[in-house]
Amino acid sequence: MVKPKQVILGSAALMLISGAAQAHNPFEFQTPVTPIARETLYVHDLFLTIAGILFTIGFGFLLFAVIHYRRGRGHTPATFTAPRTPLQWALSALPILTLMFIDYIVMGIPAYHAVLSLADTRNDAALVIKVTGSQWRWHYDYPDQGISFVSNLSTSEAQRDSGAPTDSNYLLEVDKPLVLPVGEKVRVLLTSTDVIHAWWIPSFGIKQDAVPGFLRETWVKIDKPGVYRGQCAELCGVGHAYMPIVVEAKSQDDFKKWVADAQASAAQAAAVTTLSKEDLLKHGQQTYTTYCALCHQPTGLGLPGAFPPIAAGKPFAAPPTMTDLLAQRGFFKNGLIAEGPVDQHIQIVLKGIPGTPMPNFDGQLNDADIAAVITFERNSFGNHTGDVVQPSTVKAARGK
Amino acid sequence: MSGAITDFGHHDAHYEPKGLGRWLTTTNHKDIGILYMLFGLTMFLLGGLFAELIRAQLIHPSNHFLTPEVYNQVITLHGLVMVFGALMPVTAGFANYLIPLMIGAPDMALPRLNNWGFWLLPPAAIVLVLPFILKLFGIGNGPVDTGWTMYAPLSVQGGPGVDFAIFAIFLLGASSLMASINIVVTIFNLRAPGMTMMKLPLFVWSWLMTSFLLIAVFPALIAGSAMLLADRHFGTHFFSAAGGGDPVLWEHLFWFFGHPEVYILLFPTAGILSHILPTFARKPIYGYKAQVYSYWAIAALSVVVWAHHMFTSGMPVAGQLYFMYSTMLISVPLAILFFCWLATIWKGSLTFETPMLFALGYIVLFGIGGLTGLILADAVADQQYHNSFFLVAHFHYALFGGPIMGVIAGIYYWLPKITGRMYSEPLGKLHFWLTMIGFNITFMSQFFLGVAGMPRRIPDYALQFASLNLVSSLGAFLLGAAQLILVYNVIRAAAGFGKPATSQVWEGAQGLEFTLPSPPPHHTFDEQPVVA
Repeated sequence: MVKPKQVILGSAALMLISGAAQAHNPFEFQTPVTPIARETLYVHDLFLTIAGILFTIGFGFLLFAVIHYRRGRGHTPATFTAPRTPLQWALSALPILTLMFIDYIVMGIPAYHAVLSLADTRNDAALVIKVTGSQWRWHYDYPDQGISFVSNLSTSEAQRDSGAPTDSNYLLEVDKPLVLPVGEKVRVLLTSTDVIHAWWIPSFGIKQDAVPGFLRETWVKIDKPGVYRGQCAELCGVGHAYMPIVVEAKSQDDFKKWVADAQASAAQAAAVTTLSKEDLLKHGQQTYTTYCALCHQPTGLGLPGAFPPIAAGKPFAAPPTMTDLLAQRGFFKNGLIAEGPVDQHIQIVLKGIPGTPMPNFDGQLNDADIAAVITFERNSFGNHTGDVVQPSTVKAARGK
Repeated sequence: MSGAITDFGHHDAHYEPKGLGRWLTTTNHKDIGILYMLFGLTMFLLGGLFAELIRAQLIHPSNHFLTPEVYNQVITLHGLVMVFGALMPVTAGFANYLIPLMIGAPDMALPRLNNWGFWLLPPAAIVLVLPFILKLFGIGNGPVDTGWTMYAPLSVQGGPGVDFAIFAIFLLGASSLMASINIVVTIFNLRAPGMTMMKLPLFVWSWLMTSFLLIAVFPALIAGSAMLLADRHFGTHFFSAAGGGDPVLWEHLFWFFGHPEVYILLFPTAGILSHILPTFARKPIYGYKAQVYSYWAIAALSVVVWAHHMFTSGMPVAGQLYFMYSTMLISVPLAILFFCWLATIWKGSLTFETPMLFALGYIVLFGIGGLTGLILADAVADQQYHNSFFLVAHFHYALFGGPIMGVIAGIYYWLPKITGRMYSEPLGKLHFWLTMIGFNITFMSQFFLGVAGMPRRIPDYALQFASLNLVSSLGAFLLGAAQLILVYNVIRAAAGFGKPATSQVWEGAQGLEFTLPSPPPHHTFDEQPVVA
């Protein structure tokens, strides 16, 4: 981290120095840890060298002309407009042929190899995971292991509001990282529940769009254990900057241990049936902060015109696409988001509101989460319904 | 007797309205050209203001200068305003002003269409930007915030700002198509005797290709926008997988327009370069035919490579390979253009007035943009660059370093012809050097940011990107401030200050427009010139 004082002198020279100060060649990618990332880095390095040479040659000619053929030196301008001799024709064709050679041989062949190996997602894949993007978090499934969880940004609001964050993983940290084994080929399937997101981890050399309604695929084979960080790379709405990806690569033994633990805690979470109101409120507040506050705001006031308020008595104006469904469900009267029926409230959280940014949470939150957050919403921000929703109610509502 | 008849005709042809009415009702190609250019310059300042807001937001991490919603709106408007509001109108202004003069025509072929084409632009700009202004007063929830690419389904679920943008695109599309048709008809039908196609000035050729491209690809964007509008309001599902549609379809429609659009912006300024370099090298243009054939090759290739913008969207292997290799092929005709430009100044007798400086700056900066574009064609390496700041740096080198530098060069080159007054040469040179320094500080640092892994379009970022972002922002403020010199120079010359310009303006200038007085009379070519 460079102090503001040091960088006030914003010059091109300083830029190169500060780049170097990051203890990493500023021209190179983050250290590659997968076969694809290594191929990419190879092409990048090769290309930068070639581009550097081409630019130097072209710029050299320009500079020579500018210095040598100035009028001040009394040059009589020539009048040629095309190559005249066979030698000149040959010299004119040479750059073109060289360029074709660079395009299709020097770069074309490694590029061909890389495209084929990137597309080879299935052969020898030891593990399959599914990555689902939704506004604005990543949902990870291990279909064969029966594990699934949601990964949320965990950078605190205090840091985000500080104006001068100090945490070195600012905006690149999550509550539950994706855990992968090293040395094994992992096939990654991607999709999305709402808009197009892109799953990008620079040190894996992988950036693949997650497209709603379609399955995309890619693969990684990580060399060494460690924590690797990336971000969503396709503009996906207001939370686009707050959708980090963290992958924890573990040795195969550690990974097996993690799988066993995750399966055990999943069974435990599913077994929960009845909770006290205090527990529901406490857990609901956490869930609200993580999942709802980005749109509906920590204050429950929402954003005028875009995201409805949850707080009582606050009017909300929005196009009919956004309010019609709410009105049908008794949630919208005279511009107020009323305290509608609790069954409908559960349905809205579970299924979302089509055509608006309100996503469906049925795949992202478990019964206890949803029960807790609805209990919290109905007893906070000036709402006093006194309703207590239990996980069993939510479980029953899922099928409807 | 015959004298009276001549007088009558003479009087009619020289009717010259004055005052505001002249500018509102004009069908004169030079007046409309000036209107286009003034409109473009205004939008350039507005788009620049949005750019400065972006860099102000990104000056340090955890900055709350703009909220994420407003930030998304600002980046979207910056892109749309610069492409559709600034660059396209300014180059269309050059076309309107210069093409009839260059080919010896009295006016454009379809003057009333010309008037209509221009007057669609101000409402389009208002429709696009108005929601932003209204939001400042607390009305509505702001303009389109989806990025200038308006990817579905994000644009399907967006607020009313998206509808405003769609209507703006309809108006802009209609305007561009009218201008293009007019230019094609003018070039084909109104050339002076002896002005064969292979004697057309290169700027005219470049605009002919631009017009063909616009007519070929703008309808794809208009059709896509109509489908988007239908998805948003009429219950269709073109872009919704849940209803049987395909979100990636929008990307195909958009980039079928969007990739040739790059060359629509580039061509006219490549043409401008081929006028400026020979003038200040005092040497005829090198490889005229090679350049014309390169224009054709670039135009043809540009419509078959669009999906290289979509390498991460999940294309089959055959698609990746095809789009990769076809994209690389464009480097060949572009290299030929560079070769011709360098050969034009080779063994010349060079002087370095402001237009020449900007033209040389164009070659350097667009060279960097073009070279980095070559590696972006690599489908796998593209996964690392796509939607990162590397890409942002690349297309700013390609689109500011090329077209905007070229337009500025063209403004300095023809301003004395248009206004009859020379601009201030020392200020012009200062403008050039501040622009070069500011631009390179701004965007060279963004190459490094992209390589380090910073995604584009984020309002807040990790600490590892902090120092380079600060450098980039400081560069952007310098770059933005420098452009005010251009505004001053234009106003100064238009207000009648500065040395009077001669007919030829520049010692080495060639072309029919330089046979006319500066400024040219309201009605030009009473007697049709004959080209030898």
